[in-house]
Amino acid sequence: MIKTIEVQKSFGSSLAVDRVSFEVKKGEVLGFLGPNGAGKSTTMRMITGFLPLSGGKILIGGHDIEEQPLQAKRLMGYLPENAPAYADMSVLGFLRFIAKIRGLKAVEAEAAVEKAIATCHLEKVRFQIIDTLSKGYLHRVCFAQAILHDPPILILDEPTDGLDPNQKHEMRQLIKEMGKHKAIIVSTHILEEVEAICTRVIIIDQGKLVFNGSPDELLAQSPQSGQISLRVLGRKPEELREKLKDLPGLGTVSIKEEKDGALAATLSAKAEKSLPAARVARLMQEANWEFDQLYTSKGRLDDVFRRITSLDSAEEVAK
Amino acid sequence: MKNAMTIARRELGGYFASPVAYVFLVIFLLLTGFFTFMMGNFFLRNEASLMSFFVWHPWLYMLLVPAVGMRLWAEELRMGTLELLFTMPVTPGQAIWGKFLAGWVFLGLALLLTLPMVFTAYYLGQPDGGPILTGYIGSFLMAGAYLAISGMTSACTRNQVISFITSVVICLLLVLAGYPPVTNILLKWGAPNAMVEFAAGLSVVFHFESMQRGVLDLRDLVYFCSLISFAIFSTGVLLKSRRA
Repeated sequence: MIKTIEVQKSFGSSLAVDRVSFEVKKGEVLGFLGPNGAGKSTTMRMITGFLPLSGGKILIGGHDIEEQPLQAKRLMGYLPENAPAYADMSVLGFLRFIAKIRGLKAVEAEAAVEKAIATCHLEKVRFQIIDTLSKGYLHRVCFAQAILHDPPILILDEPTDGLDPNQKHEMRQLIKEMGKHKAIIVSTHILEEVEAICTRVIIIDQGKLVFNGSPDELLAQSPQSGQISLRVLGRKPEELREKLKDLPGLGTVSIKEEKDGALAATLSAKAEKSLPAARVARLMQEANWEFDQLYTSKGRLDDVFRRITSLDSAEEVAK
Repeated sequence: MKNAMTIARRELGGYFASPVAYVFLVIFLLLTGFFTFMMGNFFLRNEASLMSFFVWHPWLYMLLVPAVGMRLWAEELRMGTLELLFTMPVTPGQAIWGKFLAGWVFLGLALLLTLPMVFTAYYLGQPDGGPILTGYIGSFLMAGAYLAISGMTSACTRNQVISFITSVVICLLLVLAGYPPVTNILLKWGAPNAMVEFAAGLSVVFHFESMQRGVLDLRDLVYFCSLISFAIFSTGVLLKSRRA
């Protein structure tokens, strides 16, 4: 549905987006990550046709955003950063205006507005002037605007920004649900969100695409990925080390004695080898040792994120 | 066209949702009344005409129209709604004309509210209807030209004050270009007659004057329409360059 080909954007002499290519299909929720100022919003603004491209091409459902902007824009719903809306209008008036400008006929428009109000829980504020809304409501009004015409493509720039934890959860459920039938791009800083809703992740840093894959692939790049944590009760560190020594596939072990006398061990596999937690469990059971924790770590997104996005800058410093 | 109307209606609604519209209307009517009767000596002229009413319009509009036009785009830029508007399936032309029309209709409404002035003239005597009609047409066109210029300056900045001041200055230049102090300076500098005429020809006052006298000249209409078109076109260019 969305296809960007070698997209470039320069402001003056600085290159904000540098040959970014990716594709989003129907049924995908693409998480768009990157540090502040990496070019996320700029890319989204080009996809939605707000900013002209400096190079490359963007296809929206087969329509070139620069050649056939109207056809392309009809297919999209867009929630810009900071959720702008006409401050002097009421929520209802604003949504009606959007419905009309989206070309919905009177009856359809009214139904669409009511549906959007219900989906975004805006019943309580429907007659309120937008200027007087809290940030959470404002965000939801702008989200309602984006989904009003039930577009096959949604571009959401930080959709959970400014929402409280409950609202965040609900927004994520909503995006996940809609993601089944739509092509969605979500930009975010919040990494847990990526795990919760995205089927695919791209990361851009300093205008360049540095990662494109599934959240699991991203997690696998974490040094913690595949590590086993084990908590053994009533044993000495030396005993545990001795016990684990012959475990096949084991790389390094670090053991820490906790306050209550239990031992917390972190086991990582040798390179290219696997270390199933079940094997560790069997070992403990055969020896009849007591343990109250044993799990395989999935890796931590923020570590990977930090590694990927600071790699380039680190290299530059090294030069 | 339908999209332009939708945008115009929203914009016009925006005027009346805030006190801006009412403050503007009241001040506009008070000032036109004051200038016509007090400064223009409406009664002392001893003739039933609206000359003393129309003659102030170029000056009044110079201050008041930029107050309407300054928010056209500056507000959208400041609030970020420009991003919303330009990602809707509308062309920039539709958006620009729509917003312009809203302001123009509003100014037209303000002008309509001065109709009691016409009734007064008819009550006091038998004024010539022609100059009154063409005077109103000219005044409306002039308001449109000023508005288009304010819209243009409004597209340059997210700051309404800057937009206001810039457009007042441009409008002032347009007014002054035809006045003797300016044309005399040009003559003193030894500018050829043709050039002085050209400068005077750029003046709003010059074109509005003939309409006040009841002459509806095609050239005057062309002047106002091209001024509006030019400013609207520039608005489009400015808005595009802001995004590039």
